[in-house]
Formats: sequence, C-alpha cells, structure tokens
Amino acid sequence: MAKLTTFSIGGVHPDDSKIARDCAIEVLPLPPTVYVSMAQHLGAPAKPVVAVGDTVKVGTVLAEPGGFISAFVHSPVSGTVKSIGPRKDIAGNPVTHIEIAVEGDEWEESINRSDKLDTEIPEDTAAILDRIRACGVVGLGGATFPTHVKLNPAGGATAECLIINGAECEPYLTSDYRIMLERSKEIVVGVAIMKKVLGDPRTVIGIEENKPEAITAMDAAVYDLGYHGIEVLPLKKKYPQGGEKQLIDAVMHRQVGSGALPISVGAVVQNVATALAVYEAVQKNKPLISNTLTITGDCLPEEKQHNYLFRIGMPLSFIAEYAGGVPAEAAKLISGGPMMGKAIANLDAATVKGSSSILYLSEAATKRGKESYCIRCGRCADACPMGLEPFLLRRLYKAGDLEGLEKEAAQDCIECGCCLYSCPANIPLLDQIRMAKGQVMGVIRARAAAAKAAAEAAKEQAK
Amino acid sequence: MTTTFLWTIGILAGLGLLLSLVLFFIAKKFRVEEDPRIDEIEKVMPGANCGGCGFAGCRAFADAAVKAPNLDNHYCPVGGDEVMKKVAGILGFEAQAKAPMVAVVRCNGSCEKRPTTNIYDGVQSCKVKAALYAGDTGCSFGCLGCGDCVAACQFGAISMDPATGLPVVDESKCTACGACVKACPKSVIELRNKGPRGMRVYVSCINKDKGAVARKACKAACIGCLKCTKVCPHEAIVVENNLAYIDFAKCKLCRKCVLECPTGAIHDVNFPKPLPPKAAPAPKPAAAPAVEVKKEESNG
Amino acid sequence: MDKHLVSPNPHIHSAVSTASLMRDVIIALVPAIVVSVLFYGWAELLVLAVSAVSCVLIEWAIAKFLFKDMNLFCPSAATVTGLLLAMNLPVTTPWWIVLIGALFAIGVVKMSFGGIGQNVFNPAIAARVFLLVSFPQQMTNWAAPAGFISSVDAFSGATLLGQVHALGALQADKLVSLQTLFYNIGGSAGEISALALLVGWVYLLVRRVIKPWITLSIFATVALVALVFHLVDPSMYTGPLFNLLSGGLILGACFMATDYVTSPMSDWGGVIYGVGIGFLAMMIRYFGSYPEGVSFAILLMNMTVPLLNRWFHGKKYGRA
Repeated sequence: MAKLTTFSIGGVHPDDSKIARDCAIEVLPLPPTVYVSMAQHLGAPAKPVVAVGDTVKVGTVLAEPGGFISAFVHSPVSGTVKSIGPRKDIAGNPVTHIEIAVEGDEWEESINRSDKLDTEIPEDTAAILDRIRACGVVGLGGATFPTHVKLNPAGGATAECLIINGAECEPYLTSDYRIMLERSKEIVVGVAIMKKVLGDPRTVIGIEENKPEAITAMDAAVYDLGYHGIEVLPLKKKYPQGGEKQLIDAVMHRQVGSGALPISVGAVVQNVATALAVYEAVQKNKPLISNTLTITGDCLPEEKQHNYLFRIGMPLSFIAEYAGGVPAEAAKLISGGPMMGKAIANLDAATVKGSSSILYLSEAATKRGKESYCIRCGRCADACPMGLEPFLLRRLYKAGDLEGLEKEAAQDCIECGCCLYSCPANIPLLDQIRMAKGQVMGVIRARAAAAKAAAEAAKEQAK
Repeated sequence: MTTTFLWTIGILAGLGLLLSLVLFFIAKKFRVEEDPRIDEIEKVMPGANCGGCGFAGCRAFADAAVKAPNLDNHYCPVGGDEVMKKVAGILGFEAQAKAPMVAVVRCNGSCEKRPTTNIYDGVQSCKVKAALYAGDTGCSFGCLGCGDCVAACQFGAISMDPATGLPVVDESKCTACGACVKACPKSVIELRNKGPRGMRVYVSCINKDKGAVARKACKAACIGCLKCTKVCPHEAIVVENNLAYIDFAKCKLCRKCVLECPTGAIHDVNFPKPLPPKAAPAPKPAAAPAVEVKKEESNG
Repeated sequence: MDKHLVSPNPHIHSAVSTASLMRDVIIALVPAIVVSVLFYGWAELLVLAVSAVSCVLIEWAIAKFLFKDMNLFCPSAATVTGLLLAMNLPVTTPWWIVLIGALFAIGVVKMSFGGIGQNVFNPAIAARVFLLVSFPQQMTNWAAPAGFISSVDAFSGATLLGQVHALGALQADKLVSLQTLFYNIGGSAGEISALALLVGWVYLLVRRVIKPWITLSIFATVALVALVFHLVDPSMYTGPLFNLLSGGLILGACFMATDYVTSPMSDWGGVIYGVGIGFLAMMIRYFGSYPEGVSFAILLMNMTVPLLNRWFHGKKYGRA
C-alpha cells in the first residue's frame, strides 16, 4: 500500500472515540418553537426582513445579508413570527433571534422535495453562484464562511485544486462520516457543481484512513456517476488534518503564507457537508435550513448515541431531551468536537447552521489538570501544526512583548488546541496565546489602516 | 618570585587603566544632553511608574511635561494637586487643581446574590473568560471575579473579597491611576470623584438587561425601575437601557435614592452615620450598608 | 453534575503528564540499575536509595518551607535526579557524601534557580562535579566490593579511562572488546553496562519521551573526533570504540544531556548542543588532567542553551 499523505508540521493523535459511527441518521421531530439566530455565519449579522406576526413557510427568507461577507437566513419551519429580539447564544451572550411558533410543516413551493438524485448540473456558473448565495449556504466545516464568497475568488485568481474536506479529524464527531456513507452520491454531485464553478480544477476528496467505509462509499459514488478529475485521497490520521492550511499542505504539499488566503496557493477548501448543502441548494433549490449533528460522549451509553438531521433554530435542550436527557455523569457539554468545539454555557441556546454535535464529556475526560511549572519538554512546539513555539509565545504574552509576539508569529495560531492538549504540566497555553493573537492582530490591523490612510493622504497631495 | 609578583601587579594595573580610559571615552561620546528640569521633576514625582498619567513612566511624564506648552494635558493622578503644584513650580506654569478621584467597583453581585450557573475551568483571567462567554453567573455584565484588576494595581489597593467574590478598593491606597479600569474587560470599574470627605453615592451595578432578566440573574441588580429618579430632588439620576447612573456633579448626597432602591444596588460610602435599616423586612438589601461600614473602618 | 464546566478549547488532554514522563525515565534506568546492583551488591543499592530519598525529601522541604509552593515539588523528577546522581558515584561513596551531593543538586543547582523547569545546569551532573572537586579521594576510589556475579573478579583499581594514564593509549584500547558492551570493569553504576543503558534509551525513544538527535550527535562527534586523533597517533590517542564505550559517555549522552530543562528546545539546537558536548568531552579526555570529561562538557554546554534557544527555532508553517 502506498504511503499515506498528511500535513508536514506538528499534529497530535488523540483517541478516535467515534462511538456513534454506526448510528444511522434519524430525522428529529419539530419542536413547538424555534429561535433562528441572525449570527450563524462568519461576518456581519443578517438583517431581519420579517415582522412580528408574519406567517412563514419552510424556506421563507427571514433575513438578508448584512454585508458583503454575510448570508441569507431562511425559516426552518412553517408558523408565525412571535418575536424578534435578543436571546442568549451558547456562550450566554445576547444575539438577535427570530422566534417562530411552529404550525404544521408547510414548505415553499419553489423547493423540490423529492429524493431523486438529480445529476443535471446547470450550465450557467453565475446562476449557480447566485443560487448558492440565495440559499444561504455557508461552510459547515467549522468557520461558517459564506460559500459563494469562497467559490468566487477575488481579483481573478484561479483555483488549481478544489479540496473537499472529509477528514473529520475531531474525535467523537461522526456526522460527516454518516453523510459520506448515506448521501455519497449527492455529495459528489455537489462537489462536481463546485468544481464547475471554479473552472474545472483538479479535485480531491480527503478522507482520513480511520474511515475506510467512507473512502469506499465515496470512491464508488464517483465511479458510478462517471465523473472525471475527482479523486478520493485517503489521509493518514492526524489531528488537525481538517484544518484548512493543514489539508492544503497534506494534499498539495504547499503552504499558505501568513495572513494569506488559500487561493494564494491555488487552493479552495470546502467541507463534505457544504458540498451536500450546495447540492440541495443548486439541484433542489432547498436553502440551508438543516444539518446533521451527533449526540455523543464518553459518558453516554452507546444505545443513546445518535446522528440526527436537525432544523436550525431548534433549542439544543430540545434535542438533548429528545435523545434521552443530559447524562448525570456529564461534566461538560460541548458544541463541536473536543479539540475545537465550544463549551455550552447555555443549553437553551438554539442550533445554528454550523452546529455539529452535542458532546457530553465526563469529568475524568475533560476536567483540566492542576497547572504546574513548565519543564521545557518542547511538546507544545512539536505538536503545533503551524510550527510555532507556544511556550515562548506564552512567555512573551506574559511579558507584554507585542513586537516579540509578532516576530514569533502569534498571529498565525489557528487555535487548534494541540499545545494545551499535549502539555504535560497542564499550562493553559492556548487560553493565553489566543489573547496574544488578538492583541497582535489588533496591532497589524491598526498598522494596515495607518498605512492606507498615509497612502491616501499622499495621493491627495499628489493631486 | 619577585618578578612574577611585579608582572602581575603591572598587568592588572595596566589593564584597569586601559579599561577605565575606554569607559571614560565611551561615556563622553555617548553622553546625552538633557534638560536638567527633567531630573528635577522626576525627583518630585511619586516614582511608581504606573502609567496613570498616560505616559510610560514618571521620567517619560517629566520629559513630556518639559516639552509641553502648558500642563493642561499633563496630570499625575497619583501625586495629585500637591505634586502638580511642585511640577508647575519647576516649569513656571500655573497648577490646575483637579478633584481627587477613586476607583469604584460597580458590581455588587456577591456569591450569595448572584448564584453561579456553571463552573469556569479555564485560566484565571477575566480577559480570557470574557472572550469566551458571558460568565459563570446568569449576569452577562458584572464582575467575572478572576482578579485582573488586582494584578493590574501597582499600589496594592485592590483585593478580592473571598466572601463576596468581588474586588474591594482600599481608598487610602487608591491613586486613581486607572490601571484597573483598563484591565477590566467588563468595564465594571469606574473612576469617580472621591467626594467631600470621601462621601459619595453611586449605582453599584452595570446590568443593562430588562428588570425581570436582571433580577433573575442577580438579587442586587439595578432593575431600571425608575424609583430613584422619581425620589431624587436634584435630577441627578438618569436611567438608560434599564440602568441607573448618578451624576456626581448634580448629586447632593441626600441619600434618598439609597433608601428607595428595592435591590440595594445604590451604595453610599463614608457617611458618618449609616442609614437606618429599612423598614421593609428585606434582610439582604440591608446587608449592603453593613459592608460599607466595614470598608470605612479599614480606611480609618 | 447539575452545574457544568465551561472552558476554552481543547476539552480533552493527552495522558502524558510531568509525572508520567519522569516515571518513564525511571523505568528506562531500571536495566542499568539492575546490572549495577548485580555487579556491586547491596552497597550499590544503598547509594541509590540514599541519593533518591534524600533528593525527594530535600525538594519537598524546600518547596514547603522556603517557597511555600507545593507546585514546585515533583517527587518523580527529584527521584530521577537522585538516581542519576547515584549512578555517577563510586559504589564506595560514604552515605554522607551522597547526602551532600543530593543537597547540592536539589538545593543549590535546582531550587535556588527557581525549582523545576528553571535550573540552568543539570542538577545531577553539577552535583557530581561538585563532589569530584570537593572530595577527590573518595570520588575516585573505585575499589569494588564483590557483587552477586561471582565469576567477575573484584577489580580494585581505576576505571577504563583511568587506565589510559596508567597503561597508555595502546594498551587501554585493547581493554575494549565486545564484552565491554555488556559489562564493564570498575567505575560507577552508570558506567557498567552500555547495553543496559542503551536499552533504556531505546525505551525512551519508543515512548517518545525524548528525541534521538542530541544523543546521536554526541555519539557521532565523539566517534569522529576519536577517529581523527587515533589515525594521527594511535599511541597517544585512544580510538572511537574505546571512547564510545568507556566512562560515563553513554549515561551522559542518553540520560543527562537529554534532560528537558537544560537542553535546547529545537532539533537543530539539540544537534549543535550534542556536537559541542562530544567535542568538549573528547578534548578534556585527551588533553585535560581529569580522565573523564563528559560531565564538564555537559555543564559547559548547558550554559549555551539559552543562546541556542534564541538562535534555533522549528520551521514555521508558510514562512521561509
């Protein structure tokens, strides 16, 4: 067997723990009320276009983009808009939500609800992009970056390689794995659509070796559909394989420069779940109103683990209750994976487009160990996939040395958590490096703004 | 024997002479001419290098003050009027008197009034905690209790009260340098006019949630009920975004609002006579003035 | 739990802790310890026990009463220091000298710099050198009591390296044979069996406790320097095999130079550090008045570590 490829710097090997891998996707019932957040994507929050008292159907536009990098939000249910106002998100911070009382399940007529696979890809790429934008599709790999922006590289840059991220390198999570098994053909059509939009570049679907069934299923789907130029590439298991920069390194053996976008090395990275959303948007005209989520955890009995198809806006607590309640041994509730997910401070918060799991971790698995002193073992530096030296960054942060932090590339940190994961002394490296990164980014932005202002002033004078 | 002895002495003495000459010429060559008044000003400064004046340290302040056309933008909050009079004397300017300020903690959501809803397991830093989420209580505005202000204070004037989980300012040590104000990610701490004999009245809450939400999160929250604005004879209190704020310039220290506040969010400090306990059988709000009395004692 | 934990990511942690790393080092030392006890008998065990126990107790006392910070007390790390110190001492060392060594290692070299993670010098080696210059008589008394292996003659005399001065390079070179790999004549516990030490080193590599670069670069440098000198004048300078297998080189290269705190963080820094140790050790062996130079070489190179850390960094992603 050929040697498997992976990214070249750092990485860690946490235990797989994909306990819910054999749970087929089930469809959740509708709750009495949903709360649709206006901040479900990276960028500016969406602006509500409905009013209290309006009746909406599944797929009705609730809000429109609040800026260039922003996205449409559609109603996931049919019913009446009850209120528009602040509601606490999973971090407990108030965010504008639209509250809808659910009545029946009536869909907009424009949506094609048949399950039949539609392989006829529209010819007009501009129309495809427009459809993707109008359906509010965002990246479902974690960052929720609006997909139409990413598929339309600025400044005439061309994509050399479209990388589809099926790595799902986070332990526990199985939603991407399940859709790759159950909806492989739809995903591949979605991939083909994106490939077409980007001008037919080389296309690689990267899947980690610990999911051989998914590799087989995707391979078969590509073969059955008869697409050329789409390659399924098995990757060596290593976290954070699914990180955009790491995946580009693994597949293309190229590295994105500091502060640059993937397109600068000719790469566009999209998640498999995004490919599915693109398929549904373009072929079925179905907006992004549902996604797959895993209910899992080390303290959850195997029979209570599930993969669910949920509608956005469902409260997490509703899903947790439906799945049998929060286990008593759970010490921490996490939305997302155990490495990069967010701890849930408020279970009443509503699901969003990017929700991928409710993860219950026991105290033994998740409680942080007592912090002790650095023994300079260098494990954090060995683990860092960006090649940074976390021990040094932390020291510079504590000394308030912003210049040193910038020189040592604190701004390159991708917050993957490898440093803190591997630190034998339980030093909260990432907690502090994230702060340092924020400060350095502030300095860089201020400098860029000042440079821009100076350039404009010079231009004025030249006139 | 003797020659070794002499050689040793000779070489060492020669080396010493040579190096001292090198040092002498280096000192001469790299000597920086400075305004002698900078040294003079630095001498009268408190020497804490706290940065409260907006400059990097006392010497930087002195340097800036010497170059400045007047002292309008240069004030040492630590040294206060006394030091500024001396500085003005050195530079030949008029000194401008400023009212003394003090850091005030605008949160009184103690552990018992503001129960926790989750357990924070990250690094003990308010900055990190604030960036992560709303906090381990139901209130998303108030003090996070990790003590960034304590670490920021160079004068040892702030300490965490383990009973309440809130910072306490020692007024005798506070120099109003503002380091804690900058350190607090929730903007809980405000620099406030110290008031006559230290007496002042202020709202010890910054919760902008609606009354019911605020009250659910914290029994001592300002609920924006407007009772204080109605009772205030001097129109010193404004309620904006469900939160009351007392304008020091207008407040005449009558303390009617303190009696009226249903949650005990309005605090009065350093008054010689504490207010009588409230008639209403509400034991918890009455506890607030008691705390203040203790603070007063520590100042004396 | 009715209240749940909230923290920034990551939410899981690897099983490796400071204590588990130190435990692995102790396990890696076990083969060499077993050989030395078989060789020297209970007397060796006594030296090891006194050293390890006193190191732990001294660290505990200093952390508790002087620093008042029990985070500084790491019993497994102190045990490693104690064992390494004992393995550098002759079996005949009186217990009170061992105690002084432990006090110097933990009290002066480690804790006075701020405790775990802060020391500039390797505590065990610094203590060994301290004892060597303070008690030259006792520290070079290699009179060996009979151990559990009766077939080995109780050798009373100098170590292999000591023989260089006594017999000359040509004769000394002949003392090295395949047997030296398994057990050695005379010397401290850490000098007896090269094979036992290498087994421990391989264990550390397999468990990913340390990386091989420092050790390999020391071996390579020592071999190269010895080869060059030996070719120039075999009657004056001993050969590569002799130098690799004699003295404390293997113990030093595998266990002392690879100490986390006092070695460089980056791989390339480690290589430079290893080359420096190998070169200095050989220079001291050939030209110094002490027969053994590994300890001094490691201490000297310890001082360069902050500089090496400043100069050498790992490769950063996406940067030239």
